[in-house]
Amino acid sequence: MAEFIRFDRITKFYGPLCVVENLDLGIGKGEFVSLLGPSGSGKTTLLMMLAGFEQPTSGNIVLDGTAINDVPTHKRDMGVVFQSYALFPHMSVGENVAFPLQMRGLGKAEIAERVTRALDMVQLSAFVDRRPSQLSGGQQQRVALSRALVFEPRVVLMDEPLGALDKQLREQMQLDIRDLHRRLGLTIVFVTHDQSEALTMSDRVAVFNKGKIEQIGTPRQVYDEPATRFVAEFIGETNLVEGVVEGVQGQEATVRLSSGAQIVSAVSGSVASGQPVLLSIRPERVDLSETRGDQRNCLETEVTDSVYQGDHLRVQLQNAAHPLIAKLGRRSREFAPGTRVYAAFSAGDCRVIAQ
Amino acid sequence: MPMKLAKVTFATLTILFLVAPLIAILPLAFTSSVILTYPIPSWSLRWFEELFTADAWRRAIINSLIIGTGTTLLATVLGTAASLGLRNRLIFFRGSMRTLFLLPMVVPAVVLGVGMQVLLAGFGLTNSYAGVIIAHTVVAVPFVIVSVTGALAGIDERVELAAQSLGAAPITVFRRVTLPLAMPGVLSGAVLAFATSLDEVVLTLFVAGPNQRTLARQMFSSIRENISPAIAAAAFLFIAATVLIGLVVVLSRSMLAKRR
Repeated sequence: MAEFIRFDRITKFYGPLCVVENLDLGIGKGEFVSLLGPSGSGKTTLLMMLAGFEQPTSGNIVLDGTAINDVPTHKRDMGVVFQSYALFPHMSVGENVAFPLQMRGLGKAEIAERVTRALDMVQLSAFVDRRPSQLSGGQQQRVALSRALVFEPRVVLMDEPLGALDKQLREQMQLDIRDLHRRLGLTIVFVTHDQSEALTMSDRVAVFNKGKIEQIGTPRQVYDEPATRFVAEFIGETNLVEGVVEGVQGQEATVRLSSGAQIVSAVSGSVASGQPVLLSIRPERVDLSETRGDQRNCLETEVTDSVYQGDHLRVQLQNAAHPLIAKLGRRSREFAPGTRVYAAFSAGDCRVIAQ
Repeated sequence: MPMKLAKVTFATLTILFLVAPLIAILPLAFTSSVILTYPIPSWSLRWFEELFTADAWRRAIINSLIIGTGTTLLATVLGTAASLGLRNRLIFFRGSMRTLFLLPMVVPAVVLGVGMQVLLAGFGLTNSYAGVIIAHTVVAVPFVIVSVTGALAGIDERVELAAQSLGAAPITVFRRVTLPLAMPGVLSGAVLAFATSLDEVVLTLFVAGPNQRTLARQMFSSIRENISPAIAAAAFLFIAATVLIGLVVVLSRSMLAKRR
């Protein structure tokens, strides 16, 4: 995929505070990239710099081969969608959507036609004469979306656009935006702190922490192959167990845990024998049984608690050295506290993370 | 129930206390007598006639309108510009600057008046319309700033950012988004500025010449020379104008509110 947007060694200081540190990131044309991270990790600042609302302290932002650092916002041709919708309260829905077209000096007839089409796209053409305040939150955000898309911007930037909506509406909008992205071939940069949102919608997810990107990859990569402890903990739930590498064979490593058990695990980075590491084991990949199965990795544990949570059964385990959590499908049998069980998982279901 | 009765009584008394001076003066505007006292012998409009025909009063009304309009325009433009400037977070001592702008509200008018006269004399502006307008503007600007700053604070900054991202240059953002959203504040600021100018006596005494006698100034001097009921008629005009302007503002505000 040809690179369309390039952040080239971007650094941003607010006074003495470094919010973005020497950051490199490339985004392809037509790609949907999520910037995911906790608040204060620099993801929104990066988006604001791309929109031109903020200036990087150093580094270049390149769009389609041209540095745009000195291009003012109104000439960048980017559609921005904010969490607070940011509709013009003194204009009707139709006037809101017409605004970017008027700025581009289009004729009345063409504006009317494109406004209708843009509102059709979000099923709001019946509301063209309403004021934004007469619409629900979800409707307002759809107006904001169609306003940001109607002028066919080169890039669409979204700053937690679904944060103010309730859960059901949010999930519906996630699918709607993903659908629009595919249908229109949009390049979208999407900021969120909601990991499931990032996994649902994105082609690639960039995980931010303290002004840096910890890992960038497809949703499957960042979930299944976390590169750092932060990524493993931030995305989904995981068991982190300390151990020492005993040997490396290709893409697999043998790790001895403090309990003495030996685990064979997939490796994403490079590790060496004798190196202390963390093992990340996703709870839903752990199987429990009372007899030792034929899986390569098998830990002897005792059930301490078991909670029914509707769609899954959450079992807390304790072995000699560390606790472990397993999420079992709803067809699984119950395990009473005190039961001795074997926790089994394949080498591909756990990951070695260098400490 | 007695509690409720007490509340109503208290409210009535408070309102009465506030409007008593108006109640006292207004009926006298319609007296046929030549002195400003009760009882009123019979009703007449002769003092309104006097107001619009006597040269001194006519000139005063026209002067008040000229000076009031000038002050309103100047103070509204300056005050709005200052409020916009004070939004910028990068300005040093923003808090102190704001206080400085509001100072004329609390500084005694006499002090301002003396200073103003010395200063305007230096520029040769005493006894001129420009001088009076400048003097009135100084005391009117704080009202505009308070009013416009309040309106600007209610604007979501992201709405303006959104306008920029949609292709609006800064001046267009101001014209199409910021100003319309701040309009209710600008309008009430303008009305307050006009009212301030209409009402101003002290500064006018210091800087105005005989040719810039305003209505308020004329009332002040005529109540000392001859207590003619023309003063009551002028007061009636004042109140009627104020109520009218107030109504216009309330109406335009509710219209603006309906639009959003």
